[in-house]
Amino acid sequence: MASLVAILDLKGKPLIQRSYRDDVPPSYIERFLPIVLDLEEEGHQVTPCFTREGINYMHIRHSNLYLLALSKRNSNAAEIILFLHRLVQVLVEYFKELEEESIRDNFVIIYELLDEMMDFGYPQTTESKILQEYITQESYKLEVQVRPPIAVTNAVSWRSEGIRYRKNEVFLDVIESVNLLVNANGNVVRSEILGAVKMKCYLSGMPELRLGLNDKVMFETTGRTARGKAIEMEDVKFHQCVRLSRFENDRTISFIPPDGEFELMSYRLSTPVKPLIWVEAAVEHHKGSRVEYMVKVKAQFKRRSTANNVEIYVPVPDDADTPKFRASTGAVQYAPDKSAFVWKIKQLGGGREFLMRAHFGLPSVRGEQDSMDKRAPITVKFEIPYFTVSGIQVRYLKIVEKSGYQALPWVRYITQNGDDYSLRTALEKGSAPIVPM
Amino acid sequence: MSGLRGPPRKGENFELSADLNSEYREKRKDAIKKVIANMTVQKDVSGLFPDVLKNMQTDDLEQKKLVYLYLMNYAKTQPELVILAVNTFVKDTDDPNPLVRALAIRTMGCLRAEKIIDYLCDPLQKCLRDDNPYVRKTAALCVAKLYDLKPELVIENGFLETLQEMIADSNPMVVSNTVAALSDIHTAAVAAGTTSDHFHITSVILNKLLVALNECSEWGRVAILNALARYETQDAQESEHICERVVPQFQHANASVVLAAVKVIMIHMRSVRQDNLTKTFIRKMAPPLVTLLSNPPEVQWVALRNINLLLQKRPDLLSNEMRVFFCKYNDPLYVKVEKLDIMVRLAGESNVDALLSELKEYASEVDVDFVRRSIKAIGQTAIKIDEAAERCVNVLLELIGTRVSYVVQEAVVDIFRKYPSTYEGVIPTLCANLDELDEPEAKASLIWIIGEYANKIDNADELLAIFVDTFTEESYPVQLQTLTAVVKLFLQKPDSSQGLVQRVLNTATKDCDSPDVRDRAYIYWRLLSTDPGAAKAVVLSQRPPISLPRTTVSPQLLEELLGEVSSLASVYHKPAETFVGPGRIGIDSLQRKASEIADERVAAQKALQTVAQGQQAENLLDFADDGAEGGQQPSGLAATTVLAQTPAAANILAGTSSNPLDDLVSIFGSANMSVPTVQPGQSANPLAGFSFNTAASPMPPATPSVLQAASPPTQQSQQEDLLGLF
Repeated sequence: MASLVAILDLKGKPLIQRSYRDDVPPSYIERFLPIVLDLEEEGHQVTPCFTREGINYMHIRHSNLYLLALSKRNSNAAEIILFLHRLVQVLVEYFKELEEESIRDNFVIIYELLDEMMDFGYPQTTESKILQEYITQESYKLEVQVRPPIAVTNAVSWRSEGIRYRKNEVFLDVIESVNLLVNANGNVVRSEILGAVKMKCYLSGMPELRLGLNDKVMFETTGRTARGKAIEMEDVKFHQCVRLSRFENDRTISFIPPDGEFELMSYRLSTPVKPLIWVEAAVEHHKGSRVEYMVKVKAQFKRRSTANNVEIYVPVPDDADTPKFRASTGAVQYAPDKSAFVWKIKQLGGGREFLMRAHFGLPSVRGEQDSMDKRAPITVKFEIPYFTVSGIQVRYLKIVEKSGYQALPWVRYITQNGDDYSLRTALEKGSAPIVPM
Repeated sequence: MSGLRGPPRKGENFELSADLNSEYREKRKDAIKKVIANMTVQKDVSGLFPDVLKNMQTDDLEQKKLVYLYLMNYAKTQPELVILAVNTFVKDTDDPNPLVRALAIRTMGCLRAEKIIDYLCDPLQKCLRDDNPYVRKTAALCVAKLYDLKPELVIENGFLETLQEMIADSNPMVVSNTVAALSDIHTAAVAAGTTSDHFHITSVILNKLLVALNECSEWGRVAILNALARYETQDAQESEHICERVVPQFQHANASVVLAAVKVIMIHMRSVRQDNLTKTFIRKMAPPLVTLLSNPPEVQWVALRNINLLLQKRPDLLSNEMRVFFCKYNDPLYVKVEKLDIMVRLAGESNVDALLSELKEYASEVDVDFVRRSIKAIGQTAIKIDEAAERCVNVLLELIGTRVSYVVQEAVVDIFRKYPSTYEGVIPTLCANLDELDEPEAKASLIWIIGEYANKIDNADELLAIFVDTFTEESYPVQLQTLTAVVKLFLQKPDSSQGLVQRVLNTATKDCDSPDVRDRAYIYWRLLSTDPGAAKAVVLSQRPPISLPRTTVSPQLLEELLGEVSSLASVYHKPAETFVGPGRIGIDSLQRKASEIADERVAAQKALQTVAQGQQAENLLDFADDGAEGGQQPSGLAATTVLAQTPAAANILAGTSSNPLDDLVSIFGSANMSVPTVQPGQSANPLAGFSFNTAASPMPPATPSVLQAASPPTQQSQQEDLLGLF
């Protein structure tokens, strides 16, 4: 429950606001940033929710904006914080980018959305696809009056009736993101696979879909034996279209899909993963003059696969200058804004191994602060098509619609880096000495 | 028509007023947009109320919405004029387009003007029975709005009964909004102190809710789950049934649905009797909780605060999952801090090595606050797992060699308090870093160590003399520790430190502004001058080793908070009464207190201290600790409790000894009461004299054995010296 929702700029000035209840006067919005600054000054951390003088402030950050909700009650913090994130998502889908300018330019429609997405402080419809059906940027013509889509209140609140396609097709993307943390002595400290099944649905009518995966638990409960490998998903999350009780009973994934693009499900596996792309860096620090890096990358997956658009970010001191690079493949760039250099390799074949060297100058006089080197980890971005780390497979996708049309499912697999694929930098000593290439 | 104040004849508002009355539709609409734009940037456009109102009757839905928006903002400032809008509103609730009907009823509920409330009831009655579910779901919430304004109207018109019926609506969205409205009314009624239960959930309603749960939208599920949490089950079987029906919600993609489901399970599991069922629920809860960490950081934080509570109740919940809580380099600090706490909670013999190497890694990061907390976590790990204490100490010693030595001291103190005589070998290393200390906490910690181990540190007197020299410049925690440490030193090595103790007592009683420091100095002074033997028994007595509290809140509060999982109370770890407005239950009375507590952390810590005091009364005995952690602890309290420990004082306090009782009590009474009013050094004489005369005679016979331990001549001269000071 929220009494008021506002979007603020970084100076704490409200750009747009909407009161849902009377119990919190809008003047409290302007107290938000001073409190945040106070907390920071006193050395306290600023948490997403805090309370001051009987008012609860719940906020999130999005680029250069604060999204703030105020309440006087013991509100559901998880719900409100998530709602703010959903608001960002909807506004981004409406305006591509959410920033001060797009808010100023579109205040009318934002008011409309705020009115529709929350009532009396309770979240209502937050599906941007449905919202777009009756809240549009074009003015309404007098002759055609919009009505609330049935979907808003339907049991199937995510799909409208009467959708028609000439060619019925479904595209399934199975995308696995690998999060991994390797410590300085080369051991994998933490690893997880976050998988997502994304769909692009171009189907007519109200189709019933059933998705079959090589899910180990499903094989076990149904007593079937799997041909080939079955995977054990630790936790599965579904789009609201999936019938959860059915899944709970017999692990069947059955649903009426929304139209167009959406994420059907996500899953998590915490089985240990061998780093698909291994990077190690040896650093030789000559205090007050220069620093040298030797970076080795190794593709630790089968030869028939290839990693595309590999980017390796190696952190360097903030004040490093005059970069010199030499790489046996790909290109290297200095990214001073990130205090790192980036080694980009367009295609990295399975089993291949490459080296690169970097040399930076360092200022001879350094401040006290600089001597504390940030120990940011090496991070890697990559994409390996036609391959999943977990071995998940789509066994079938059954599509049934009462008109009885035939529809084609297309499946694609991709493995990529997650938001935290990092390898802690090798310490200065202890790693292999740098030898000329 | 343009109101009484008379609109300006020029300027932007004048032009807008003209445009709003234009004969061209487009021009009027543009003008309305400009008015709203001005409203958005907080320019006052309330004077245009009548002009805007004229544009309310239109077929253009967008324009209608804008006018409604304007009305919502300014209805309160123009109550007399709002009445003019009523007709259009009522007419709109009959519009053929459901969007318009819903918009009208929704907006009317938001106007909050006394004058139109009475006109709201009839259209609301109609909309609650509308054919279109979109209108019904909007009307349902409107009842809650009306209750907020005028509860009597809701009851008189039978809206509550209508809502109760609507729980059986065929449309899940209508059901969930009805539930939200009824719950809102219930909360408001409870806050207002109404006794009647406006939303009593019967077993019939329960079944309807369980059916609707699987069909409604994500937010609807949250509303229904919250209502399920309030249901009082008849027997264990019913509780099991609810849990089984709710468990599938763990698979929902929306984190607030997951947390709401966790809440329902935690509540209804209390009455589940079958152990294996409980285990199954707990097992099924773990993976979804871990997955919450894949959400945006703010959501993660809410989840982590709740996981922290869940772990206090069920430490086995995530026993194999410590690694998922390892901090990511780019996590915001507030997430990292919560993760640290949870990691220590999950630490066990099997994973302690992984934890330590991770914590060591954090100790070399840039953010000082995070580094400090990480090192503190190493100390806590040592206290928690006996077998790993030595490894922890080694890690800390390694860290001393790096730049962060100043933080390490604090952690080491904790370890000393837990394992008093195991790691004395570390002391030289610690003392070697004395010069680098500038943080008060670190200084205070090291001073505590020097005082505690004065007999093992050869140059303890020299080290402490440094702090005595700069006594008045130090912060209060450091002063308190210095005072205590010097007294400890004196009691252990009286010969070499007599001058020092006099100097510190003198300074503390005369030149110090902190009443705590002064009080404590007086207490020591009297103790020492009265009976050094008793002083020794008091100050140097054995203290029980500390242990890590398993819970940070009291068991009752923990249960209460677990019943509110995902709410602000569960996030703050504080009961709702301490921060909830608006005052009908008495936040107003709490408000002053709340504003003093600048930060939740402080409050949490205070709560923790209170709990610790209650649960482990022995902690109070450790009054050196009070100085190190609280600083604000009244030394009088600590001292009294400590005294009770010595046999003499116990006798006295129990009243078995005949005359000294009054005297001893009066010492404390007079010291505590008069010190704040008496200026040090000026009128301290009568006070001191009083206490000396009374206490000197009864004490020695009470503790003969201790007396022998102290050397009489020293004591004699000591007393004279102290007396001479006055």
